Amino acid sequence: MIQARGVGRRFASKRVIRDLDFEVRAGELLLVTGPNGSGKSTLLALMAGLLAPTEGEIEVDLPRGRIGYLAHEALVYKELTALENLELYGRLYHVAERRETTGALLERFGLWEVRHQRVGSFSRGMQQRLALCRVLLHDPELLLLDEPYSGLDASARSLVDDVLAEAAGAKTLVVASHEPEHVRPLATQALALA
Amino acid sequence: MTYFADVAALARKDILLELRSRDTLPAMLLFVVSALVVFHFSLPSDASATASTGLLWIALLFTALLGLGRAFTAEREQRVLDGLVLAPCDRSAIWLAKSLGVLAFLGVAEALALPAYALFFEPVGWELVAAVLLANLGLAAVGTLLAAMAAASRARELLLPLLFLPLVIPVVVGGVGATVVDNPGRYLGFLALYDLIFAILSWASFEYVVAE
Repeated sequence: MIQARGVGRRFASKRVIRDLDFEVRAGELLLVTGPNGSGKSTLLALMAGLLAPTEGEIEVDLPRGRIGYLAHEALVYKELTALENLELYGRLYHVAERRETTGALLERFGLWEVRHQRVGSFSRGMQQRLALCRVLLHDPELLLLDEPYSGLDASARSLVDDVLAEAAGAKTLVVASHEPEHVRPLATQALALA
Repeated sequence: MTYFADVAALARKDILLELRSRDTLPAMLLFVVSALVVFHFSLPSDASATASTGLLWIALLFTALLGLGRAFTAEREQRVLDGLVLAPCDRSAIWLAKSLGVLAFLGVAEALALPAYALFFEPVGWELVAAVLLANLGLAAVGTLLAAMAAASRARELLLPLLFLPLVIPVVVGGVGATVVDNPGRYLGFLALYDLIFAILSWASFEYVVAE
Protein backbone atom coordinates (compact mmCIF):
# COMPACT_ATOMS: atom_id res chain seq x y z
CA MET A 1 0.00 0.00 0.00
CA ILE A 2 2.89 2.38 0.79
CA GLN A 3 6.29 2.09 -0.85
CA ALA A 4 9.17 4.43 -0.08
CA ARG A 5 12.39 4.25 -2.07
CA GLY A 6 15.33 6.41 -1.05
CA VAL A 7 13.01 9.09 0.33
CA GLY A 8 14.59 12.28 1.57
CA ARG A 9 13.22 15.67 2.42
CA ARG A 10 14.97 18.99 2.83
CA PHE A 11 13.61 22.31 4.04
CA ALA A 12 15.95 24.91 2.51
CA SER A 13 19.39 23.67 3.53
CA LYS A 14 18.16 21.52 6.42
CA ARG A 15 17.74 17.84 5.63
CA VAL A 16 15.01 16.38 7.85
CA ILE A 17 14.70 12.91 6.34
CA ARG A 18 17.34 11.00 4.40
CA ASP A 19 17.40 7.83 2.35
CA LEU A 20 14.39 5.99 3.76
CA ASP A 21 13.29 2.67 2.28
CA PHE A 22 10.28 0.80 3.56
CA GLU A 23 7.09 -0.89 2.49
CA VAL A 24 3.78 -1.05 4.34
CA ARG A 25 1.31 -3.63 3.07
CA ALA A 26 -2.47 -3.52 3.54
CA GLY A 27 -3.49 -4.34 7.11
CA GLU A 28 -0.06 -3.63 8.60
CA LEU A 29 0.76 -1.14 11.33
CA LEU A 30 3.99 0.81 10.99
CA LEU A 31 5.17 2.47 14.18
CA VAL A 32 7.42 5.48 13.57
CA THR A 33 9.49 6.57 16.54
CA GLY A 34 12.19 9.13 17.13
CA PRO A 35 13.01 12.24 19.14
CA ASN A 36 11.52 15.68 18.42
CA GLY A 37 12.76 17.00 15.10
CA SER A 38 13.66 13.60 13.72
CA GLY A 39 11.16 13.91 10.86
CA LYS A 40 8.19 11.83 12.07
CA SER A 41 5.62 14.48 11.18
CA THR A 42 7.36 15.22 7.88
CA LEU A 43 7.24 11.53 6.97
CA LEU A 44 3.50 11.37 7.64
CA ALA A 45 2.91 14.56 5.64
CA LEU A 46 4.85 12.96 2.77
CA MET A 47 2.61 9.88 2.96
CA ALA A 48 -0.51 12.07 3.05
CA GLY A 49 0.68 13.88 -0.08
CA LEU A 50 0.88 17.25 1.65
CA LEU A 51 4.62 17.40 1.02
CA ALA A 52 6.64 16.06 -1.89
CA PRO A 53 9.96 14.30 -1.28
CA THR A 54 13.05 16.20 -2.41
CA GLU A 55 14.85 12.88 -3.00
CA GLY A 56 13.57 9.44 -3.90
CA GLU A 57 9.90 8.63 -4.23
CA ILE A 58 6.98 7.59 -2.08
CA GLU A 59 3.93 5.83 -3.49
CA VAL A 60 0.63 5.46 -1.69
CA ASP A 61 -1.68 3.13 -3.56
CA LEU A 62 -4.94 4.86 -2.53
CA PRO A 63 -6.92 7.92 -3.61
CA ARG A 64 -6.61 10.77 -1.13
CA GLY A 65 -10.25 10.41 -0.06
CA ARG A 66 -9.43 7.01 1.46
CA ILE A 67 -6.73 8.41 3.75
CA GLY A 68 -7.33 9.68 7.28
CA TYR A 69 -4.62 12.07 8.46
CA LEU A 70 -4.24 13.20 12.06
CA ALA A 71 -1.82 16.11 12.29
CA HIS A 72 -0.43 18.05 15.24
CA GLU A 73 -3.15 20.64 14.63
CA ALA A 74 -6.79 19.56 14.57
CA LEU A 75 -7.34 20.93 11.00
CA VAL A 76 -10.71 22.34 12.05
CA TYR A 77 -12.13 25.87 12.12
CA LYS A 78 -12.06 27.49 15.57
CA GLU A 79 -15.04 29.73 14.80
CA LEU A 80 -17.25 26.78 13.85
CA THR A 81 -18.81 24.36 16.30
CA ALA A 82 -17.69 20.73 16.55
CA LEU A 83 -20.83 19.64 14.69
CA GLU A 84 -20.41 22.24 11.94
CA ASN A 85 -16.80 21.19 11.37
CA LEU A 86 -17.73 17.52 11.05
CA GLU A 87 -20.72 18.38 8.84
CA LEU A 88 -18.38 20.29 6.52
CA TYR A 89 -15.85 17.45 6.32
CA GLY A 90 -18.68 14.94 5.94
CA ARG A 91 -19.95 16.83 2.90
CA LEU A 92 -16.49 17.21 1.36
CA TYR A 93 -15.73 13.49 1.88
CA HIS A 94 -19.21 12.60 0.59
CA VAL A 95 -20.00 10.51 3.66
CA ALA A 96 -23.21 8.60 2.91
CA GLU A 97 -24.95 8.64 6.31
CA ARG A 98 -23.35 11.84 7.47
CA ARG A 99 -25.59 12.78 10.37
CA GLU A 100 -25.67 9.31 11.89
CA THR A 101 -21.90 8.84 11.52
CA THR A 102 -21.16 12.30 12.91
CA GLY A 103 -23.47 11.78 15.87
CA ALA A 104 -22.01 8.35 16.65
CA LEU A 105 -18.43 9.68 16.58
CA LEU A 106 -19.23 12.70 18.74
CA GLU A 107 -20.93 10.39 21.22
CA ARG A 108 -18.05 7.93 21.22
CA PHE A 109 -15.41 10.61 21.78
CA GLY A 110 -17.41 12.36 24.52
CA LEU A 111 -18.17 15.50 22.52
CA TRP A 112 -21.92 15.11 22.00
CA GLU A 113 -22.81 17.47 24.86
CA VAL A 114 -20.52 20.19 23.49
CA ARG A 115 -21.32 19.67 19.80
CA HIS A 116 -22.84 23.16 19.50
CA GLN A 117 -19.87 24.89 21.12
CA ARG A 118 -17.24 26.63 19.04
CA VAL A 119 -13.96 24.74 18.75
CA GLY A 120 -12.07 27.85 19.88
CA SER A 121 -13.44 27.27 23.39
CA PHE A 122 -12.21 23.65 23.45
CA SER A 123 -9.23 22.45 25.48
CA ARG A 124 -6.29 20.83 23.66
CA GLY A 125 -7.60 17.40 24.58
CA MET A 126 -11.10 18.14 23.26
CA GLN A 127 -9.62 19.44 20.01
CA GLN A 128 -7.59 16.25 19.68
CA ARG A 129 -10.73 14.16 20.22
CA LEU A 130 -12.53 16.21 17.56
CA ALA A 131 -9.56 15.70 15.24
CA LEU A 132 -9.90 11.95 15.75
CA CYS A 133 -13.62 12.20 14.86
CA ARG A 134 -12.63 14.06 11.68
CA VAL A 135 -10.07 11.41 10.78
CA LEU A 136 -12.49 8.51 11.26
CA LEU A 137 -15.54 10.21 9.73
CA HIS A 138 -15.12 8.81 6.20
CA ASP A 139 -14.00 5.35 7.34
CA PRO A 140 -10.56 5.60 5.70
CA GLU A 141 -8.55 2.56 4.62
CA LEU A 142 -5.24 4.15 5.59
CA LEU A 143 -4.80 5.98 8.89
CA LEU A 144 -1.84 8.29 9.32
CA LEU A 145 -1.74 9.28 12.97
CA ASP A 146 0.78 11.81 14.18
CA GLU A 147 1.07 11.68 17.98
CA PRO A 148 -2.52 10.44 18.52
CA TYR A 149 -2.16 10.53 22.33
CA SER A 150 -1.05 14.14 22.41
CA GLY A 151 -3.02 16.27 24.90
CA LEU A 152 -5.37 13.46 25.90
CA ASP A 153 -6.33 12.45 29.43
CA ALA A 154 -6.43 8.84 30.61
CA SER A 155 -9.99 8.10 29.46
CA ALA A 156 -9.40 9.58 26.02
CA ARG A 157 -6.12 7.65 25.74
CA SER A 158 -8.00 4.43 26.29
CA LEU A 159 -10.38 5.52 23.50
CA VAL A 160 -7.41 5.84 21.16
CA ASP A 161 -6.21 2.41 22.33
CA ASP A 162 -9.64 1.05 21.35
CA VAL A 163 -9.55 2.76 17.95
CA LEU A 164 -6.09 1.34 17.23
CA ALA A 165 -7.07 -2.14 18.43
CA GLU A 166 -10.17 -2.10 16.18
CA ALA A 167 -8.28 -0.77 13.18
CA ALA A 168 -5.23 -3.06 13.53
CA GLY A 169 -5.48 -5.74 10.87
CA ALA A 170 -8.62 -4.26 9.30
CA LYS A 171 -6.98 -1.02 8.14
CA THR A 172 -3.46 0.05 7.31
CA LEU A 173 -1.96 2.26 9.97
CA VAL A 174 1.08 4.44 10.31
CA VAL A 175 1.46 5.85 13.81
CA ALA A 176 4.16 8.35 14.75
CA SER A 177 4.71 8.63 18.46
CA HIS A 178 7.42 9.47 20.94
CA GLU A 179 5.61 7.38 23.56
CA PRO A 180 5.36 4.13 21.59
CA GLU A 181 4.56 1.75 24.46
CA HIS A 182 0.80 1.97 23.69
CA VAL A 183 1.24 1.10 20.03
CA ARG A 184 4.15 -1.35 20.05
CA PRO A 185 2.07 -4.46 20.87
CA LEU A 186 -0.04 -3.87 17.73
CA ALA A 187 2.80 -2.85 15.40
CA THR A 188 3.82 -5.20 12.61
CA GLN A 189 6.95 -3.16 11.89
CA ALA A 190 8.79 -0.21 13.37
CA LEU A 191 10.84 2.58 11.90
CA ALA A 192 13.16 4.51 14.19
CA LEU A 193 14.19 7.93 12.91
CA ALA A 194 17.32 9.52 14.30
CA MET B 1 -23.59 18.32 -9.23
CA THR B 2 -21.24 17.07 -6.51
CA TYR B 3 -18.77 19.78 -7.50
CA PHE B 4 -21.31 22.55 -6.93
CA ALA B 5 -22.49 20.94 -3.69
CA ASP B 6 -18.86 21.09 -2.49
CA VAL B 7 -18.60 24.72 -3.58
CA ALA B 8 -21.86 25.54 -1.79
CA ALA B 9 -20.71 23.84 1.43
CA LEU B 10 -17.39 25.70 1.38
CA ALA B 11 -18.93 29.07 0.49
CA ARG B 12 -21.56 28.70 3.21
CA LYS B 13 -18.75 27.98 5.66
CA ASP B 14 -16.92 31.18 4.62
CA ILE B 15 -20.02 33.32 5.07
CA LEU B 16 -20.70 31.68 8.46
CA LEU B 17 -17.11 32.28 9.58
CA GLU B 18 -17.39 35.96 8.65
CA LEU B 19 -20.74 36.33 10.42
CA ARG B 20 -19.16 34.84 13.55
CA SER B 21 -15.74 36.50 13.55
CA ARG B 22 -16.58 39.79 11.76
CA ASP B 23 -12.91 39.99 10.81
CA THR B 24 -13.13 41.15 7.23
CA LEU B 25 -16.30 42.95 6.21
CA PRO B 26 -16.36 45.68 8.91
CA ALA B 27 -12.72 46.48 8.09
CA MET B 28 -13.51 46.72 4.38
CA LEU B 29 -16.54 48.96 4.99
CA LEU B 30 -14.65 51.28 7.33
CA PHE B 31 -11.69 51.46 4.99
CA VAL B 32 -13.62 52.29 1.82
CA VAL B 33 -15.68 55.02 3.49
CA SER B 34 -12.62 56.48 5.24
CA ALA B 35 -10.68 56.51 1.98
CA LEU B 36 -13.48 58.31 0.15
CA VAL B 37 -13.76 60.89 2.95
CA VAL B 38 -9.99 61.53 2.83
CA PHE B 39 -10.09 61.80 -0.97
CA HIS B 40 -13.00 64.22 -0.74
CA PHE B 41 -10.98 66.61 1.39
CA SER B 42 -7.70 66.13 -0.47
CA LEU B 43 -9.07 66.69 -3.98
CA PRO B 44 -9.37 70.36 -5.11
CA SER B 45 -12.96 71.53 -5.49
CA ASP B 46 -12.45 72.19 -9.21
CA ALA B 47 -10.99 68.73 -9.87
CA SER B 48 -12.31 66.85 -12.88
CA ALA B 49 -14.70 63.90 -12.80
CA THR B 50 -11.89 61.76 -14.23
CA ALA B 51 -9.74 62.44 -11.17
CA SER B 52 -12.50 61.50 -8.73
CA THR B 53 -13.27 58.34 -10.72
CA GLY B 54 -9.61 57.36 -10.52
CA LEU B 55 -9.65 57.83 -6.77
CA LEU B 56 -12.81 55.71 -6.46
CA TRP B 57 -11.09 52.85 -8.27
CA ILE B 58 -8.02 53.17 -6.06
CA ALA B 59 -10.28 52.98 -2.99
CA LEU B 60 -12.06 49.90 -4.38
CA LEU B 61 -8.79 48.20 -5.27
CA PHE B 62 -7.30 48.64 -1.82
CA THR B 63 -10.57 47.60 -0.18
CA ALA B 64 -10.40 44.39 -2.18
CA LEU B 65 -6.77 43.97 -1.14
CA LEU B 66 -7.76 44.36 2.51
CA GLY B 67 -10.39 41.63 2.17
CA LEU B 68 -8.07 39.33 0.24
CA GLY B 69 -5.35 39.69 2.87
CA ARG B 70 -7.74 38.08 5.35
CA ALA B 71 -9.35 35.59 2.98
CA PHE B 72 -7.26 32.62 4.11
CA THR B 73 -6.67 33.62 7.74
CA ALA B 74 -9.01 30.94 9.10
CA GLU B 75 -7.41 28.29 6.90
CA ARG B 76 -3.91 29.33 7.96
CA GLU B 77 -4.78 28.92 11.63
CA GLN B 78 -4.77 25.26 12.63
CA ARG B 79 -3.57 24.42 9.07
CA VAL B 80 -7.17 23.83 7.97
CA LEU B 81 -6.14 24.23 4.33
CA ASP B 82 -4.29 20.90 4.67
CA GLY B 83 -7.55 19.30 5.76
CA LEU B 84 -9.42 20.77 2.79
CA VAL B 85 -6.69 19.81 0.34
CA LEU B 86 -6.78 16.19 1.53
CA ALA B 87 -10.54 15.91 0.93
CA PRO B 88 -11.52 14.09 -2.27
CA CYS B 89 -13.33 17.11 -3.70
CA ASP B 90 -11.88 18.95 -6.68
CA ARG B 91 -9.42 21.48 -5.26
CA SER B 92 -10.69 24.20 -7.57
CA ALA B 93 -13.93 24.06 -5.53
CA ILE B 94 -11.96 25.65 -2.67
CA TRP B 95 -10.94 28.52 -4.98
CA LEU B 96 -14.43 28.98 -6.41
CA ALA B 97 -16.08 29.01 -2.97
CA LYS B 98 -13.53 31.45 -1.58
CA SER B 99 -13.90 33.67 -4.67
CA LEU B 100 -17.67 33.74 -4.16
CA GLY B 101 -17.11 34.83 -0.56
CA VAL B 102 -14.71 37.58 -1.64
CA LEU B 103 -17.21 38.63 -4.32
CA ALA B 104 -20.00 38.88 -1.73
CA PHE B 105 -17.86 40.99 0.63
CA LEU B 106 -16.79 43.27 -2.23
CA GLY B 107 -20.41 43.67 -3.27
CA VAL B 108 -21.43 44.71 0.23
CA ALA B 109 -18.50 47.16 0.48
CA GLU B 110 -19.45 48.71 -2.85
CA ALA B 111 -23.11 48.96 -1.86
CA LEU B 112 -21.83 51.44 0.72
CA ALA B 113 -19.01 52.93 -1.35
CA LEU B 114 -21.02 53.94 -4.42
CA PRO B 115 -23.63 56.00 -2.52
CA ALA B 116 -20.77 57.58 -0.55
CA TYR B 117 -19.03 58.39 -3.85
CA ALA B 118 -22.25 59.94 -5.15
CA LEU B 119 -22.50 62.00 -1.97
CA PHE B 120 -18.91 63.28 -1.99
CA PHE B 121 -18.10 63.46 -5.73
CA GLU B 122 -20.24 62.68 -8.77
CA PRO B 123 -23.55 60.97 -9.49
CA VAL B 124 -23.23 57.24 -10.13
CA GLY B 125 -24.25 56.22 -13.64
CA TRP B 126 -25.16 52.78 -14.98
CA GLU B 127 -21.77 52.48 -16.68
CA LEU B 128 -19.95 52.84 -13.34
CA VAL B 129 -22.18 50.21 -11.73
CA ALA B 130 -21.63 47.85 -14.69
CA ALA B 131 -17.88 48.42 -14.58
CA VAL B 132 -17.74 47.79 -10.83
CA LEU B 133 -19.74 44.56 -11.15
CA LEU B 134 -17.52 43.28 -13.94
CA ALA B 135 -14.37 44.36 -12.13
CA ASN B 136 -15.46 42.47 -9.01
CA LEU B 137 -15.37 39.17 -10.88
CA GLY B 138 -11.79 39.69 -12.01
CA LEU B 139 -10.62 41.03 -8.65
CA ALA B 140 -12.15 38.08 -6.80
CA ALA B 141 -10.84 35.48 -9.26
CA VAL B 142 -7.23 36.71 -9.45
CA GLY B 143 -7.12 37.93 -5.87
CA THR B 144 -8.25 34.64 -4.36
CA LEU B 145 -5.60 32.70 -6.26
CA LEU B 146 -2.88 35.14 -5.19
CA ALA B 147 -4.17 35.22 -1.61
CA ALA B 148 -3.81 31.43 -1.45
CA MET B 149 -0.26 31.70 -2.79
CA ALA B 150 0.61 34.44 -0.33
CA ALA B 151 -1.00 32.61 2.61
CA ALA B 152 1.65 29.90 2.35
CA SER B 153 4.43 32.47 2.58
CA ARG B 154 5.90 34.13 5.64
CA ALA B 155 6.01 37.46 3.81
CA ARG B 156 2.33 37.28 2.88
CA GLU B 157 1.53 40.91 3.81
CA LEU B 158 4.17 42.04 1.32
CA LEU B 159 3.72 39.33 -1.28
CA LEU B 160 -0.01 39.76 -1.88
CA PRO B 161 0.07 43.44 -2.90
CA LEU B 162 3.25 42.87 -4.93
CA LEU B 163 1.52 40.16 -6.95
CA PHE B 164 -2.00 41.56 -6.96
CA LEU B 165 -1.58 45.23 -7.87
CA PRO B 166 0.34 44.74 -11.15
CA LEU B 167 -2.06 42.02 -12.26
CA VAL B 168 -5.17 44.16 -11.72
CA ILE B 169 -3.92 47.27 -13.57
CA PRO B 170 -6.11 46.21 -16.54
CA VAL B 171 -9.12 46.29 -14.19
CA VAL B 172 -8.36 49.90 -13.27
CA VAL B 173 -7.82 50.83 -16.93
CA GLY B 174 -11.11 49.18 -17.90
CA GLY B 175 -13.02 50.53 -14.93
CA VAL B 176 -11.88 54.15 -15.30
CA GLY B 177 -12.21 53.95 -19.08
CA ALA B 178 -15.79 52.67 -18.94
CA THR B 179 -16.74 55.48 -16.56
CA VAL B 180 -15.26 58.49 -18.36
CA VAL B 181 -15.80 57.83 -22.08
CA ASP B 182 -19.03 58.45 -23.96
CA ASN B 183 -19.26 54.93 -25.32
CA PRO B 184 -18.23 52.53 -22.51
CA GLY B 185 -19.04 49.31 -24.41
CA ARG B 186 -15.43 48.70 -25.49
CA TYR B 187 -14.11 49.02 -21.93
CA LEU B 188 -16.87 46.89 -20.45
CA GLY B 189 -16.09 44.23 -23.06
CA PHE B 190 -12.43 44.49 -22.09
CA LEU B 191 -13.34 43.93 -18.42
CA ALA B 192 -15.51 40.93 -19.33
CA LEU B 193 -12.66 39.44 -21.38
CA TYR B 194 -10.24 39.98 -18.49
CA ASP B 195 -12.70 38.24 -16.13
CA LEU B 196 -13.09 35.28 -18.46
CA ILE B 197 -9.37 34.75 -19.06
CA PHE B 198 -8.28 35.18 -15.47
CA ALA B 199 -11.16 33.17 -14.01
CA ILE B 200 -10.24 30.22 -16.24
CA LEU B 201 -6.51 30.60 -15.45
CA SER B 202 -7.14 30.85 -11.71
CA TRP B 203 -9.60 27.96 -11.69
CA ALA B 204 -7.18 25.72 -13.56
CA SER B 205 -4.06 26.66 -11.63
CA PHE B 206 -5.38 26.59 -8.05
CA GLU B 207 -4.61 22.88 -7.76
CA TYR B 208 -0.91 23.64 -8.27
CA VAL B 209 -0.94 26.52 -5.81
CA VAL B 210 -2.17 24.42 -2.88
CA ALA B 211 -0.30 21.22 -3.75
CA GLU B 212 3.42 21.18 -3.17
